[in-house]
Amino acid sequence: MLTRLKGGQLFDPAQGLNGTVQDLYYRDGVLIAMPDLGAVIDVDYDVSGKVVMAGAIDIHSHIAGGNVNTARLLLPEQHRNSMARKLGHAFSTARWSTTETGYRYAKMGYTTVVEPAVLPANALDAHLQMADIPIIDTAGLAILGNDDFLLRLLRAKASQNQINDYVAWTLQATCCLGLKVINAGGANAFKSNMRSFDLDDIVPDYGVSSRHILQTLQRAACDIQLPHPVHVHCNNLGIAGNVDTAIATMEAAQGLPMHLAHIQFYGYGAEGARGFSSAAAKLIDGFNKHLNITMDVGQILFGQTVTISGDVIAQYSRRNDATPNKWVMWDAEDEGSGGVVPYRYKEKSFINSLQWLIGLEVFLLAEDPWRLFFTTDHPNGGPFTRYPHLIRLLMDYDFRLECMAGLNQEAVAMSLLKDLKKEFTLYEMAIMTRTAAARMLGLHDRGHLMPGGIADIAVYSFKDNKEEMFSAADLVFKNGELVVKNGIVQTPRNGTTQTIQVPFDAKIKRDIQAYYDRFYNLSLDNFKVDAISFRQTDSERFVRHNAGEPYFAGQASPK
Amino acid sequence: MTEITEVPSPFCGIGTDDLTIKVDGVLLKVIENGCAVNTPAFEQPITDMSARVDGKEVSLDVAIARAAAILKDTSLPVIGGCATDVNGMRGLLALADRCGAVVDHINFTGARNNFLALQDSGWMNTTLAEVKNRCDCLLIVGTDLEAFAPRFFEHYLWNKESMFLDDTSHREVIYLGTAPSGDASTSPKGKKARVFECATEDLPEVVAVLRALVKGQLICATAVCGIAVTDLQTIADKLIAAKYGVVIWAAGALAYAQAELTVQMLSEMVKDVNNQDTRCSGLPLGGKEGDQTANQVCGWTTGFPARTRFSSGFPEYDPFLNDTNVLLANGEADALVWVHAFNVNALPPVTTVPTIVVGRSGMTFATEPDVFIPVGTPGIDHVGHAYRMDNVVAIRLKKLRDSGLPSTAQVLNAIEQALQVR
Repeated sequence: MLTRLKGGQLFDPAQGLNGTVQDLYYRDGVLIAMPDLGAVIDVDYDVSGKVVMAGAIDIHSHIAGGNVNTARLLLPEQHRNSMARKLGHAFSTARWSTTETGYRYAKMGYTTVVEPAVLPANALDAHLQMADIPIIDTAGLAILGNDDFLLRLLRAKASQNQINDYVAWTLQATCCLGLKVINAGGANAFKSNMRSFDLDDIVPDYGVSSRHILQTLQRAACDIQLPHPVHVHCNNLGIAGNVDTAIATMEAAQGLPMHLAHIQFYGYGAEGARGFSSAAAKLIDGFNKHLNITMDVGQILFGQTVTISGDVIAQYSRRNDATPNKWVMWDAEDEGSGGVVPYRYKEKSFINSLQWLIGLEVFLLAEDPWRLFFTTDHPNGGPFTRYPHLIRLLMDYDFRLECMAGLNQEAVAMSLLKDLKKEFTLYEMAIMTRTAAARMLGLHDRGHLMPGGIADIAVYSFKDNKEEMFSAADLVFKNGELVVKNGIVQTPRNGTTQTIQVPFDAKIKRDIQAYYDRFYNLSLDNFKVDAISFRQTDSERFVRHNAGEPYFAGQASPK
Repeated sequence: MTEITEVPSPFCGIGTDDLTIKVDGVLLKVIENGCAVNTPAFEQPITDMSARVDGKEVSLDVAIARAAAILKDTSLPVIGGCATDVNGMRGLLALADRCGAVVDHINFTGARNNFLALQDSGWMNTTLAEVKNRCDCLLIVGTDLEAFAPRFFEHYLWNKESMFLDDTSHREVIYLGTAPSGDASTSPKGKKARVFECATEDLPEVVAVLRALVKGQLICATAVCGIAVTDLQTIADKLIAAKYGVVIWAAGALAYAQAELTVQMLSEMVKDVNNQDTRCSGLPLGGKEGDQTANQVCGWTTGFPARTRFSSGFPEYDPFLNDTNVLLANGEADALVWVHAFNVNALPPVTTVPTIVVGRSGMTFATEPDVFIPVGTPGIDHVGHAYRMDNVVAIRLKKLRDSGLPSTAQVLNAIEQALQVR
């Protein structure tokens, strides 16, 4: 079936299209070049005067897994419902549910979302949940770096090849797309009663440092050709003066590709009367010097949210800030840990105001949307449903000033945000949330409007108020299927989960089996992600992508 | 006749997956690694193959049509039991949404003790492999652990090797409240558990004093409910001296009013131990009758645990008002759907409202329900997923035999579809 979107203004950085008026065609869910004259157009949408972009991609959003479900069950009062669903749209108004996740992402024009923290032991749980997120595609990043098996290998000075095999096996066993490292060694050390963990701290019992764990995993990600660079949650999250940790981590990357997640939480200096200051300029200076580094921001937005993280050291350290006063920490299967701490970001708070200012400073100072990504670390900085508000903050200087007037003025006085007049363009937004995001994840079939891509398309009406503009797309197509019209989901459909295909020496599986027999109570054969959906077979559910060169934005950027 | 090894169990909650089962047609025999919980649950014979309406055998389609007809004109149907696998719960929740039902898991009144504590102040918990590899001191409060899960000690305490303990037989095991019914807690080298008994309903008082001692408060009394304060001091000292203490309880065993306060007291005590420069974690027992599965799936599908109603067109959680027995007793419910794919002895409550039972083949009823649809058991008759007591691990259940019985999910989806057509 041939479909045409007629007369829209295309914003597709992959082709350098910056508002170019051009018809867009797809056949059977795949974008195609202009068909021959006389080809019968089965469905025609007039989108003249409207903005046409590829479907948006969220590279870091906690949408599934153990911590996410714990947050749901911990905080029933935070997501009470009041609106009935339409018949045939079961659970679509159930706040914080998997169904609502798919609906609300789709409504904004998002078509792919990455869950960035899949603990291997919890992978099946994460996939069972993701299979129930309708419409959008998903992917997971598998967490390593606190697991006993890896640390044991490092203690025994195992070869890099053996570690590479273990990483590759883990990605296959967990059906994940990439590799995540969270405060390497920190969760393991927490179980041995350490309460802080820096880059050069040593994990008790293993004698290996956080730096060594991180570098070994980064090397593995490069060696096995993961397109998405190792996705790193650094040490010392949220601590004054931690910009030095972020810079040290950039240096630890030794020129190899590395992604630093929710970097706003590391843009902190220790200056000023309160010993807490913006270090965004220093952070960006480091970023500009390290072209191998990509980052996402993790902007905070004011209001109630819940923080969920595998960085148990950070979460435990701020348990007394829990608002409301209840929290969960858990240790998990000798692989990692987690913490769920509800939190309210307040305009009147000096610290929260500064966090808000720092995040925006990072966005505006970086000036390279090919290496800097748009996130709130949902839900940690704020829920993804508030992305349109953040888009407006980036695209509207006057609106920023207006918002700054309501903040803690001591913090505002310490920030250079009021002097940053840059306003992101639609083209830059399309780079950050589409083209660069897809490339960095190694998902070549999306994030652009070129022939061969899947027809994931979002159509918006131009509006001065960008929050309104991006709150509800006029039309959203997922694999060519019209899923949203005038901001309303038409029919739920099944998404797919993106995975990576990387080879490994089968011997590693025998080693892991022997290890499981010694220390676990689960046979390795039973540690498998399968039969996860009631409506799809696994072969329909899981889409495999090929290994390849890791994303290196220094080259990817056409500017 | 075949032998199937590495069979995982959905019955014991602790993720046992090393059973060997002999399959002879539809007859199962556990020949290795059985226990008092798992063996009878696997060996339960199939009795019914066909569905019944008003006590008469009918085709599956007829039974489904009848179930849909009953549900069609209800105002507040209740779906109780809710004991099935992940797909079964998916189907159950879709049906509940369709007909505006209340969903209530059979164990929820017990599990509520945990949920109320969680939702009021939270906790610091651990998982089974951490117990196996790190725990050097286990405090068991108010439950006979080996009766709950006969192989718990063999699997998680007396393992030959562990990551961080040189000799697992040196672990401290302490019972508070209920005494053990056997010797499973005695280490392979003969080290016996210490047992401090009190009546279950005295636990609130005993646990409060224990927490006070952990915090270093002065206690003037010399004994609490029959336990010497010096003994409680010993427990407090051991928890603080341990590198990785674990406190275990079974919410359902705390069968007295406001038992959630006991769970909260224990959970806060665990936090207190962590404030004294060492590690300690809680570990609530569960995982039976599909309880973790129901709460997990209901959690991501609705945002709430499995005592949630859909009568307003959106999920509403209430741990008291949505109780099946309360709704039946008050005359609020006008139909009952009872779903239990694991346990033939878990029968629906006696009621006069129209009743549909989607139950494990082998159930016998004092009063025949309006509709009975026998279903297969996840992990025996079909594959599936079930959550272990610690939620982190979902167990992949195997199909062991071809019984021809439908799955819970198939039946509930068919009823939901039938309602959709109308």
